[in-house]
Amino acid sequence: MSQSEASEATPPIALRGVTKRFRTPDGSAYTALRDVDLAVEPGEFCAVVGPTGCGKSTALSLIAGLETAAEGTVTIDDRPVTGIDPRVGFMFQQDAVFPWKSVLANVSAGPLFRGASKKAAVDRARDWLRRVGLSGFEGHYPHQLSGGMRKRVALAQTLINEPRILLMDEPFSALDVQTRQIMSDELLDLWELTRPSVVFVTHDLEEAIALADKVVVLTVGPGRVKDVFPIDLPRPRRVQEIRFEPRFVRLYERIWESLRDEVRTAYARTAGEAA
Amino acid sequence: MSTPARTDDRAAADTPRAPRRRLRGSATVLGIQLALVVAVLGVWELCARQKWIDTFLYGQPTGVWHQLVDWFQNGTQAGSIWQQFEVTFEEAVLGFLIGSVAGIVLGVILGRVQILAAVFGPFIKLFNSIPRIVLAAIFVLWFGLGMSGKVATAVVLVFFIVFFNAFQGTREVDKNLVANARILGASAWKVTTQVVLPSAFTWIIASLHVAFGFALIGAVVGELLGAQRGLGLLINQAKGSFNPNGVYAGTILVAVMALVAELLITLLERRLLAWRPSNDRDVAGGL
Repeated sequence: MSQSEASEATPPIALRGVTKRFRTPDGSAYTALRDVDLAVEPGEFCAVVGPTGCGKSTALSLIAGLETAAEGTVTIDDRPVTGIDPRVGFMFQQDAVFPWKSVLANVSAGPLFRGASKKAAVDRARDWLRRVGLSGFEGHYPHQLSGGMRKRVALAQTLINEPRILLMDEPFSALDVQTRQIMSDELLDLWELTRPSVVFVTHDLEEAIALADKVVVLTVGPGRVKDVFPIDLPRPRRVQEIRFEPRFVRLYERIWESLRDEVRTAYARTAGEAA
Repeated sequence: MSTPARTDDRAAADTPRAPRRRLRGSATVLGIQLALVVAVLGVWELCARQKWIDTFLYGQPTGVWHQLVDWFQNGTQAGSIWQQFEVTFEEAVLGFLIGSVAGIVLGVILGRVQILAAVFGPFIKLFNSIPRIVLAAIFVLWFGLGMSGKVATAVVLVFFIVFFNAFQGTREVDKNLVANARILGASAWKVTTQVVLPSAFTWIIASLHVAFGFALIGAVVGELLGAQRGLGLLINQAKGSFNPNGVYAGTILVAVMALVAELLITLLERRLLAWRPSNDRDVAGGL
């Protein structure tokens, strides 16, 4: 599928009855997701929260086509996912920028991989670097940048392909709180520009509510969908300030009610293992 | 759009005082090293002059020096000294290049394609367990006294070192980086050339440092076993005529060649690994 054709319509994402098992090193099967149903409408910002080890990241790998489900179907635009869809962009939890490429080469990598001319790719990369506030750092290598700056490089690297589906796996979890909030605002600004469908995985409920149209709570592993909460806070939002609004606080209390038990169970499990 | 993280990049820059301190440190180190060399050579020379050791068996530093001067001024039995130098260098470089290219290519292919690794893994382990210096004798039979036998010896010595490092380096590539490249649109070939190779290069370059030394061993051992030219031949002739100074002089020339090659590989490493933080580079350069 060509780039322009892909970016025309924003496709819906759906998981139906999805189960995913992994083989553990000792040979037994570990169920990461069990019978998960999840639908993301075109242009919707969906946040997935849940305790550690509930299979949040696994769900993203399934949508991205990096893994395949044992049971159930994962569809993009009502077609089953069989491999990596060119409309998908993925931001990883750990740094996934290429350390041996300069900032400019990192951001222009996507268009170059997809067959753009060197000049067109570099022009677009410069444009995206300006948008994420990294003009002047084109020649730097990732190790010369701060953690926040590396995340901007990763963001520009992902968004330059103009993905219609943006998958984000705790992308800002390694950042300090202030930088994280600023990055969240920038993400919302950039999202408003092209309005892709977003699945944003996080363990931070505050971040989830501030960003999303819909918050999905997963149970402790094997993950199932426990509750889905629509977030009807007005946009545009400022992440730093929205936390103080009474509606935000009420939503937080309701969702935390649902999430709390799962977090406790997960904690008890790991604490039990440790002891 | 705001750019709050900009303040951080100052911390990443080197402070200007650091290089000067390093320089003073290296001058001290160099001084001690020179003193050590002078002391060892001085004691050796003293022992030889006082007849505490037999110069007929152990030689003496001034004798080695005279031998070197003689070779450079009057040439050797096999022709000019430069010719011997060149022959050995050519054998080692050819063996090094062929062996490392083959090692990198096969290492990366087997590292990327699991089925090939499963099929060929046992064979490679089998060949690796052969003491390869023995092959040098067979190569003399196969290729005769010319250069090709020495090159072949160098190739088999170099190949396995580079191969195992390239293979391991390919296996150790960060899975996230590969996934990221694939999602960004990279084909399998682009993943190999733009993610796997640069990542594995940290492993490969480490093996190249050792590999040139082995290439030189291959060339010299081949020449010791039978040759018409080369530094190994000079050493062998000196040994045959009970001239220990000649053996030492030949050894020094081989060592000089190894040092020059090491310098070239370090320069290559600096260029290819410029993206790494400078601390890592210093450690690698110090070795």
